[in-house]
Amino acid sequence: MDPIKTLRSRTVVLPASDVDTDQIIPARFLTTTTRSGLGAHLFADWRYGSDGQPKTEFVLNRPEAKGCTILVAGHNFGCGSSREHAPWALTDYGFRAVVSTQIADIFRNNSLKNGLLPVIVDQAAHAWLMEHPGAEVTVDVETSTLTLPTGQTARFPLEPFSRYCLMNGVDELGFLLNREQEIRGYEQRRASGLPA
Amino acid sequence: MPSTAQTLFEKVWRRHEVVAETPDTPAVLYVDLHLIHEVTSPQAFTVLRERGLEVRRPDLTFATMDHSTPTRTEQVFGGAPITIEAAARQVRELEVNCDAFGVELLGLRHARRGIVHIIGPELGLTQPGKTVVCGDSHTSTHGALGALAFGIGTTEVGHVLATQCLLQKKPRTLAINVSGRLAAGVTAKDLILAIIGRIGVAGGTGHVIEYRGATIAALDMDERMTVCNMSIEAGARAGMIAPDETTYAYLAGRERAPRGEAWEKALEEWRRLPTDAGARFDREIDIDASALEPMVTYGTNPGMVIPVTGTIPQRPGDAMFAKSLAYMGFEPGGPVAEQPVDVVFVGSCTNGRISDLRAAAALLRGRKVAPGVQMLVVPGSQEVKREAEAEGLHQVFLEAGAQWRESGCSMCLGMNGDLVPKGQYAVSTSNRNFEGRQGVGARTLLASPLTAAASAVRGRVTDPRELMQE
Repeated sequence: MDPIKTLRSRTVVLPASDVDTDQIIPARFLTTTTRSGLGAHLFADWRYGSDGQPKTEFVLNRPEAKGCTILVAGHNFGCGSSREHAPWALTDYGFRAVVSTQIADIFRNNSLKNGLLPVIVDQAAHAWLMEHPGAEVTVDVETSTLTLPTGQTARFPLEPFSRYCLMNGVDELGFLLNREQEIRGYEQRRASGLPA
Repeated sequence: MPSTAQTLFEKVWRRHEVVAETPDTPAVLYVDLHLIHEVTSPQAFTVLRERGLEVRRPDLTFATMDHSTPTRTEQVFGGAPITIEAAARQVRELEVNCDAFGVELLGLRHARRGIVHIIGPELGLTQPGKTVVCGDSHTSTHGALGALAFGIGTTEVGHVLATQCLLQKKPRTLAINVSGRLAAGVTAKDLILAIIGRIGVAGGTGHVIEYRGATIAALDMDERMTVCNMSIEAGARAGMIAPDETTYAYLAGRERAPRGEAWEKALEEWRRLPTDAGARFDREIDIDASALEPMVTYGTNPGMVIPVTGTIPQRPGDAMFAKSLAYMGFEPGGPVAEQPVDVVFVGSCTNGRISDLRAAAALLRGRKVAPGVQMLVVPGSQEVKREAEAEGLHQVFLEAGAQWRESGCSMCLGMNGDLVPKGQYAVSTSNRNFEGRQGVGARTLLASPLTAAASAVRGRVTDPRELMQE
């Protein structure tokens, strides 16, 4: 996982709420056994016509979307299934952050483990972003702040542990493996019938 | 003085804290049962191989295949190839991984295979007070037995395989208190759809739901599982119901449930699990079930739901709402009943249990599926299939003109090729009516098995009470 400290990018705005993981990556692409290559299928049914050609009106197919690493979407982004293929598809495509007023729990967890920053901001900042597609914004991980081109800032929630992992590019498995002694102790307490 | 009264959730959570949460670090939470399947596990096994790790507790890990598996008997048992090559590869990869890492697998032709959330409880693997995880959001189903059960991503599947633990932030609690008797023709599916309609698809985000009250206590286990299953459709990762005599009667004698002295000891622990009097929830919501009617969705998320007798709401100026209705081909202000139906699907981890099939069969007995309607009945497990066949339910379905298949997730998400054709309307007993969920351009209306069967008979969205009176 590449460390993220600061992101600066123009935004792509997806004017849709309750965007579910079936839209982000439809189930027919989940037969893969690797993590790579899913970016080609990101938002497949919104992005391509039945002839397989890109739909020109879809935001990701517009020339100004090229190179943007921050996606802004409506309330409750990433609801639905637990498929980690959703953040894999977003990061493989090139996104490093998703901004919304609410982000579904499992999707948020999965995103944090893949270097995709879930940025949950207040209504006012969100409304401004939705009205100004392509605005150049900055996301700072250390201060958990999103800065609009107007100079206004919005704080977003980020647990200290997740911040550490994102900024240092470390994954959580190493942390868990280092708890071996505690895990073994817990298992022994349980096996001996003592309260855990 | 702070109260020591605890909720069911808090009791289970505390008993599984290997390391408690601190301001700087999440809790290390122990997992008692890790269920895995073919779709969300391959990349986790790859991580184990890359890092030279073992499965820490193969005895607490249990695998099956359900999402991408075929439901046609000739493909499951007859040696006919799985049509989708990638699906076949995924199935093979799970076999190889389970073999290499010593994980028990109920494979494609195993007599006890089925949808992971059906077979966990059915085998007695799921038990009160356990922590249960699986790389699937409908893991919330297992909470019906008083377990803390939630879906995880593939990275977390790897964490559990390697360490039997997860790093978790403690969620908040939401009590949904349900009172009043469900009327005839109104089922647990209608209840949970009504709850999601009330609190919205993000209403439970960040929370674990405990379903409480006399109505919940009166539900049988199949019904409780239907309710907990769709907790995630309200944004809650887990839904729980306190274990009681109904739970214990369900579990007693099941293949993997404790026996003899171990059963008595377990029972003693389970009886201490229900929420203490005076325990506080972060939020509470009251629902009167007696006023409910059969429910059906009309839009593209499970919160867009109305009584089958109702009319589609009007929300002028709401572009998302308009887009959703345009996808469905519906007009605001119009009825949903009498909408012509092309496909009816009875099955899934929501409504693929024996009582669901009994309900659908009761309405279909002596009747026919309407001309032009394709009806698929897919039992949730091979055990459910055997039970249904022993009762002759399959004959009812076949005589009515429905298809009777082998178990699996099937048309709920169409990964195995069981798809709703583009533009067609499907009344489905599954859990998600997202755009394209059952096939590109498919239009899904979620409903109970009763409503699905009634709609199959009439060829139109139908209030099941109309047929129950005939």
